Amino acid sequence: MSATAEATVLITHDVGLHARPSVKFTKLAKSFAADVEIALAANGPWFDAKSIVKVMAAKAPKGTVLHIRANGDGADDAIRALIELVQRDFDEDAGHVRSA
Amino acid sequence: MRIEGVPASAGYAEGPLFDLGRPAGIYASKASSAEEKAALEASIDKAVKRLVAMVETADSDAAGILEFHIAMLEDDALSGPAFTSIASGKPADAAWRQALDAEIAGYEASDQDYFRARATDLRDIRDQVLRALTEDGGRTAPAGAILCGEDIAPTRFLEIDWSHGGGIALRAGSTASHVAMLARSRGVPMVVGLREPLAAVAGTALLDAEHGAIVLAPSPAEIGSFRRSSSAFAARQGDAETFLARPAATKRGTAVRVQVNIADPRDVDAIDIATCDGVGLMRTEFLFGKTLPDEETQYRAYRKVLEWAGEKPVTIRTVDAGGDKPVPGFTVEEGNPFLGLRGIRLSLARLDIFRVQIRALLRAAPHGNLKVMFPMIATPEEYERAAALFAEQHAALAARDIAQRMPPLGIMVEVPSVAIAPEAFAGVAFLSIGSNDLTQYVMAAARDNAAVAHLNSVSHPAVLRLIGSVASFGRENGIPVSLCGDAGGDPAAIASLLEAGLRDLSVAPAQLAMAKAAIADVPV
Repeated sequence: MSATAEATVLITHDVGLHARPSVKFTKLAKSFAADVEIALAANGPWFDAKSIVKVMAAKAPKGTVLHIRANGDGADDAIRALIELVQRDFDEDAGHVRSA
Repeated sequence: MRIEGVPASAGYAEGPLFDLGRPAGIYASKASSAEEKAALEASIDKAVKRLVAMVETADSDAAGILEFHIAMLEDDALSGPAFTSIASGKPADAAWRQALDAEIAGYEASDQDYFRARATDLRDIRDQVLRALTEDGGRTAPAGAILCGEDIAPTRFLEIDWSHGGGIALRAGSTASHVAMLARSRGVPMVVGLREPLAAVAGTALLDAEHGAIVLAPSPAEIGSFRRSSSAFAARQGDAETFLARPAATKRGTAVRVQVNIADPRDVDAIDIATCDGVGLMRTEFLFGKTLPDEETQYRAYRKVLEWAGEKPVTIRTVDAGGDKPVPGFTVEEGNPFLGLRGIRLSLARLDIFRVQIRALLRAAPHGNLKVMFPMIATPEEYERAAALFAEQHAALAARDIAQRMPPLGIMVEVPSVAIAPEAFAGVAFLSIGSNDLTQYVMAAARDNAAVAHLNSVSHPAVLRLIGSVASFGRENGIPVSLCGDAGGDPAAIASLLEAGLRDLSVAPAQLAMAKAAIADVPV
């Protein structure tokens, strides 16, 4: 079964899609067979969501509306799982900003 | 020759010096591009395996960094350009360096601080693979060595097997760095900010990270005295551990409460609540690092610590920004920041920000035994204004039926006006002496100025007399008095503090055992 799905989600995490969240995000994306891509705007450019190098290169700060699209087996499930991860603030606790 | 520095992780090490700046080995080019490709693949693999091994023993902070490095190294998108250059005839080391430097430049060009800071991680990743490519043993420190240089990367620290002793001596570095934190948690002696460069890095040296110094080319007399201090320190530490699980008491059996100071909610993950009497000071500046925190973020941070402490008290200090702790968008630039708009003065000048913190504290209160204190109070009017704001927000939340509770409100005693005339504060719920600031204001010696560090002593009779008079004021009026500055965890100062009448100290978690042991020696 092949399908295409697309959705958007607001990044609320304090510093955006940074190192630790990116590790979780790409790991989750890789658990799906479908091709998954992200973009900071509806018209792209699109980045491979399974590559942490590409995801970090997108440099998505807090407040970004993240566009996610998937194509292939389990596309809908992949989108749903990734959106939920972003909405849960990547399962991180509050207060990761440490003063000097 | 003895070079002074700043102790970042207490302890003693005697061993060969090892230069952290020693250049990496030279890469030997291979005969074909197929061999170059295999060499790079093997080196990336080696770097990943080392990181995976490090993750197993790392705490959650360190593991987060290491897992990011692993994910980057395992991503073909990172190495792809290097393999392309190798196919066109470049040697593996140059191809890797070029590919990573291009990636690093991308991060450095970011307009966001956070992403720009990741360039450091990319450099670390680049160097881990280059090291694996040029491995010749020359960059591996011998067991028990004292590593010295400008600074040290966290991964370099984590690769070293510290079980044979050894230590770190740095020209730069900071006691607040990630490596210093790791060194303290592993008990690796570390000194930062050495005043002079280590001219010839060779031979055996003595690292005294209890007082902050390194001795090069030591004389037999220096070695003897060093070993005596070192064994005395080890004996004190061994004894101290046995005190950790017990409530603190003096030689005569007088009970002393010992609480902990924390700077970040995650600090409590490493502390067993049974070993302390609560949190005597929870700083909130960590929340105000780069951006102003919203109410929800603060609420979650406070609630985490309150739930961890259970019935034991958690004293949260409202934000103490300003002075040596500037916060962009909050503090102001001043000529004399320690005497300027800091602590409660700043909060009362920025009510929009203060009200958010007050609401978060009121909402967190039902989740534990919360107490709230205000920093830098100089007059009763400041306390009254702050308390009125608590009452105002309490009423506002009540009108909206939001769960909350009014905590006991107390003040820090750190401005001399309060310590000299405490009778103006008979209405507060408790007093907490901030010995660091009280000392710097009484002695007129800024605590961030090394040139006047010798004046900054809590043991000066003027400081001790003020502490004693605050303690008696509290006793006579039924107001609990505690102390939450560095002096509380300093074994050398504890006797004077107890003699001055204090029975409630709050110390850094790492000093808990030593503080309890020192208390047991005091005949009061």
